[in-house]
Amino acid sequence: MNEEVRSVVVEREFPHPPEKLWRALTQPHLIEEWLMKNDFSPVVGHRFNLRGDWGGVLDCEVLSVEPHRTLSYTWNFAHDDPAYNLKSVVTFTLTPTSTGTLLRMEQSGFRGDQKQAYGGAKHGWQQFFSNLEQLLTRVT
Amino acid sequence: MPKVHDVLFRTLADPTRRALFEQLCREGELTVGALTARAGISQPAVSKHLALLKQAGLVRDRHEGRQTHYSAQLGGLAPLVDWTREMAGFWERRFDDLENLLRRMDQ
Repeated sequence: MNEEVRSVVVEREFPHPPEKLWRALTQPHLIEEWLMKNDFSPVVGHRFNLRGDWGGVLDCEVLSVEPHRTLSYTWNFAHDDPAYNLKSVVTFTLTPTSTGTLLRMEQSGFRGDQKQAYGGAKHGWQQFFSNLEQLLTRVT
Repeated sequence: MPKVHDVLFRTLADPTRRALFEQLCREGELTVGALTARAGISQPAVSKHLALLKQAGLVRDRHEGRQTHYSAQLGGLAPLVDWTREMAGFWERRFDDLENLLRRMDQ
């Protein structure tokens, strides 16, 4: 159970060409606009940080770069409490479609006992309230 | 399953307690008197349920004069929230922001 690998996949089609999405995924000032403050550079082996507005800092390292196609980096959060400690890999895959680009994000590597890690919980609370009734139904 | 889950599940498994908690979530801070008026049970019974909710970290109390006010602590539910689902929600919202950014990049 503790070594269980989990993953999250989120896909969305954007009415924009892959080249443009690639810029948004790889240029620091653009990354900051939709993800977090960063010192990213699209070079394999480059180490960088993502800084969340909640004060958390993620340790990242670029694992693979295929311009306009795939981008992958580690997404780690060091914490003394193992429940919050996180080692994962985020992979973006861009696929051209007839009207734009399908963007697939896969984040994998969570252990099964990491149910309450940093960012998901923190950011999740914003929409949490609206999910409350659903959650309570599920708990029953 | 960790102990914290046991306590939460047990606390929320009771329909009266769940109703009290949901009411505090919907309406914000309420006095024991106000909660009793709507609960259809005695004030001591309501107080007992509130004490259990407090023990589970789901509500907080505040004393003011002779009144005790209770409010919901949503953070107390954190261990129940599925991490994977939360993380997917995080990325969905990031994608919303990405979509906005792409639109602005056109201009």
